[in-house]
Amino acid sequence: MSAMQTPALSSPLADAAPPGRAKRYALARHSITLARRSLIKTWRTPEALIDVTLQPIIFLVLFTYIFGGAIAGTGQQHAYLEYLLPGVLAQTIAMGATAIGINLNTDISKGVFDRFRSLPIPRSAPLIGAVAADVARYAIVACVTLGAGLVMGFRIHTNPLAALAGCLLAVAFALCLSWLSVFIGMVVRTPGAVQGLMFLIVLPLAFASTTFVRASTLPGWMQGFVKVNPITQLASAVRGLFTGGPVADHLLWTFVWMAGLVAVFMPLAMRAYRRKA
Amino acid sequence: MTYAIEAEGLVKHFGETKALQGIDLAAREGTVHAVLGPNGAGKTTAVRILATLIRADSGSARVGGYDTVRDAQKVRQIIGLTGQYASVDEDLTGTENLVLIGRLLELTGRAAKARAAELLGWFDLADAANRPAKTYSGGMRRRLDLAASLVGRPSVIFLDEPTTGLDPAKREDMWGVVRQLVGDGSTVLLTTQYLEEADALADEVTVIDRGRVIAHDTPLGLKRVIGGQTLAVQPSDPARIGDVRDILATVGTKAPESPREGVLTVPVMDDAAMTEVVSRLGAAGIAVTELSLHLPSLDEVFFTLIGRTAVAGEKVAA
Repeated sequence: MSAMQTPALSSPLADAAPPGRAKRYALARHSITLARRSLIKTWRTPEALIDVTLQPIIFLVLFTYIFGGAIAGTGQQHAYLEYLLPGVLAQTIAMGATAIGINLNTDISKGVFDRFRSLPIPRSAPLIGAVAADVARYAIVACVTLGAGLVMGFRIHTNPLAALAGCLLAVAFALCLSWLSVFIGMVVRTPGAVQGLMFLIVLPLAFASTTFVRASTLPGWMQGFVKVNPITQLASAVRGLFTGGPVADHLLWTFVWMAGLVAVFMPLAMRAYRRKA
Repeated sequence: MTYAIEAEGLVKHFGETKALQGIDLAAREGTVHAVLGPNGAGKTTAVRILATLIRADSGSARVGGYDTVRDAQKVRQIIGLTGQYASVDEDLTGTENLVLIGRLLELTGRAAKARAAELLGWFDLADAANRPAKTYSGGMRRRLDLAASLVGRPSVIFLDEPTTGLDPAKREDMWGVVRQLVGDGSTVLLTTQYLEEADALADEVTVIDRGRVIAHDTPLGLKRVIGGQTLAVQPSDPARIGDVRDILATVGTKAPESPREGVLTVPVMDDAAMTEVVSRLGAAGIAVTELSLHLPSLDEVFFTLIGRTAVAGEKVAA
């Protein structure tokens, strides 16, 4: 350590912003600062983006070209792709919410959050910042899924605005589901456990839905579950916005699910975060 | 004289683990206060309560006059915290780590960058400023972590085992930093497992064990209680051990003991004891293969204070 003689290592913070500014919009400003941190980390570790880049492509190709014929009939692959794509978007974006719980769990176990908690910022800012930064990941899912689909022959049958609305709806849903992931990230011990638990929750929701097959092909007892499943509602709403068909009902139920997820898991996550020793 | 840190009756249980069972602490402004104890004594838990990371089950604490629960945000404005494990963000560069903290401390973007550059230069990290912290060595990470805790020019600084795992030269560097922080007027509370570190840095020492304070004193006072330093002598000729015993008996505070074959040790209070022993050994014509003066180990401190050997590997409750 050179320059040990440098003075004023710890004299009062003369160049801090005036306190008036400090009070205003503190939560928003600090959340944005922390969201930017998450984004820098994301760009710097591209391998952490595999779940939102390669995964939707794999599912589209796998289900269109390998299972598509069996599910929809030989030669019906293109028609099946039109049905499949909104569902793949819904399921991938829901699975994409796993990462935030893993990241937060890692941050906490490494002590990074201890530093944030020792700073005079609103306690919820690190969580809100992390969730906000996830918008980037979800936007990538939407772009990759639609982009790969267009290459494979998928076409929007409504209009660009409706398609955009469909993407935004999926992103908004994932942001709400993030709070479940954050909550799990706060209460389990290891990042691996976050992954395992989220997988257990999201996988049945992703498959026992109308992502891959119509509900009418399922046994009666399962149809009940499939119809209330949030992934079904999201997939159907996006499907309507991309390729036409009924939207209003599915949209309403998607919003109900989103509100429910936030209402339940955001307070739970905040409470678990405050308690985390 | 005012106290920068005051705590009374801190109790904290984690399930069955009684991490703290009623701890009192007081550190005067502008001094170094060491909290000395083995793993699992409750040192980290105490620091986490004082740094507003967790709340005590009972008891109260004030830092800079502010209550750590009621005025937690005010406490956070004046403290810096460096954890036991360097808690820097590994994916961010050195500069990004410090700028992030600066921004969260309400510095403008420009001021945060300037402060980051100043601290990086200060801690010899200027060359590594734009490299992700995961490429840093252990010592560099520690320094970055310490730099991060100083971004806001805190008046009260918590250092949780700042030198654990550092090599001796790096430890000396860290000690130099601590001395300068206090020289600038800050108050430093540091936890340590090393009596030597407490002796070198602290104005006062609180020894804790199993969540209780078992001693509170100045390093000198503590050394008085536990017998100061230990002088060890090994004569080249084992036959002269009797003569060595006679010489040591005259300078020691207790009768000489033999920890191993051919070696005699005796506790001494006076720094002059060493010189006296050297001259008397010389006068008697006794050659030695070992002649050393060392502080008692933490084990010996505990054995003297509470008749129990400190268990370094004990399950960590802190």
